[in-house]
Amino acid sequence: MLIPVTDTAGAPFWEYADRGELRVQACGDCGVLRFPPRPCCPHCQSFASEWRPVSGRGRVWSFVVPHPPLLPDYAEQAPYNVVVVELAEDPGIRLVGNLVSGPGARLDSVDPARIRIGARVQAVFSGGLPQWVLA
Amino acid sequence: MAGPGFKDATAVVGIGQTAFAKHLPEDERTLACRAVLAALDDAGIAPGEVDAVASYTMEETDEVELAKAVGFGDLTFFSKVGYGGGGSCATVAHLAAAIAAGQATVGVAWRSRKRGSGPRPWTNTAVQLPTPAQWTRPFGLLRPADEIAMLTRRYMHEYGVTRDHLFNVALACRNRANQNPAAVMYERPLTREMYMTSRWISEPLCLYDNCLETDGALACVIVGRERARDCARQPVYVHAAAQGLPAQHHGMVNYWNDDPLTGPAWTAARHLWKHADITPDDVDVAQIYDAFTALIPLSLEGYGFCARGEGGAFTEQGALETGGRLPVNTGGGGLSEAYVHGFNLINEGVKQLRGTSTAQVPGAATCLVTAGEGVPTSALLLRS
Ligand SMILES: [Zn+2]
Repeated sequence: MLIPVTDTAGAPFWEYADRGELRVQACGDCGVLRFPPRPCCPHCQSFASEWRPVSGRGRVWSFVVPHPPLLPDYAEQAPYNVVVVELAEDPGIRLVGNLVSGPGARLDSVDPARIRIGARVQAVFSGGLPQWVLA
Repeated sequence: MAGPGFKDATAVVGIGQTAFAKHLPEDERTLACRAVLAALDDAGIAPGEVDAVASYTMEETDEVELAKAVGFGDLTFFSKVGYGGGGSCATVAHLAAAIAAGQATVGVAWRSRKRGSGPRPWTNTAVQLPTPAQWTRPFGLLRPADEIAMLTRRYMHEYGVTRDHLFNVALACRNRANQNPAAVMYERPLTREMYMTSRWISEPLCLYDNCLETDGALACVIVGRERARDCARQPVYVHAAAQGLPAQHHGMVNYWNDDPLTGPAWTAARHLWKHADITPDDVDVAQIYDAFTALIPLSLEGYGFCARGEGGAFTEQGALETGGRLPVNTGGGGLSEAYVHGFNLINEGVKQLRGTSTAQVPGAATCLVTAGEGVPTSALLLRS
């Protein structure tokens, strides 16, 4: 499986995820959340930022079901789902992930026929990656 | 105070291409040389007169290799445009701007591409892209098809776009390819049954929603208006051109701004129409970038051929076919002629305005050509 290849701006997200925390970068001056992380705030140009804890509640914004040809580790679990989840705190903050039956479950552990745009989901963590379960 | 201006100041006077096939024996550099020399021959211009070139950052044949192989003169302008298929029309736009500004006199743009060439990180676990791949690839969103399928599902959900609408796009391209002996899919008709029962690539996109993988190369030659009058072929004028990178756009994984479904096409279109003498209603034929079927209805909205959310419905009643409201991709496009990062759409636009397309729109005098939607993009408005 691919692991995140992080950059300076993104590294804190993964460090928090490794501890089971979902945090989003926020401007240290105007307070606006931003994702993906970046060096400065596009609203006020401040370089000050903080990592704000969020509830992990959200809704499915869209999803796909990839089929092979895929990288071997993914092909072995295909067809699986990939979801984009919009966070309850700010629907403009969206995270890509997988809807699974429970923490650490396979990418194909939820029947794609059960997935709906708008479905309520909750973040869980496994192996340093956020995953999503139906709430 | 306005300068000499860009509008109609330059023209495409030569086009060239190699054969298109799943596999061609020659390497990319050789194919590039063949396409460029064919375009110069078409224009009646000697290679030694070329002083400007433009290509894609993903192009594997760089300008130094090309120039010394085909015998270009001294180059005073060279440019490369990023973002894969988003850069196609920008190559011509950069040359047109350079020539209109007096920085060069004869420009050549080209694309040579073979299957499996260039960086394709989704085929290799060892190669990883930096930002924003860290936010998508670990979760199995691996290929361009997966990334665009995500936007397509949302588009279908918000606006009632259906698989039949996407089929209309695939069918129009295939029907035109069936008229074009150079097209990879020349002898391969498509039916609704084939489309609806084909295998998935990334739901909601099936096999026929995805472009071909093709070996091939194309090129075109651009000169100033005065020079164009003396060329062998009827000039096709660059009436307007635009690039588009919208504020807060994120590339192919544009999931993080307020309105992910208004992509770069909208930005390019605003500039294009502002600088044009014509409106979308005046466009006779369009060549719209089609790496995936869904990009066509999205682009129809972006370039103002219909209102927001109406791109799917626009495809109904044969609107995209010959004789329809807006015939598109009259050579077969990336879906059915060849996938060469959209360069075949540029050359097909030129053919339409010369009156030499294999699916000629009678009396076509204006053609919109677009580059990849969903990535930083570009567009050309051509006129005869
Ligand atoms: Zn700020």
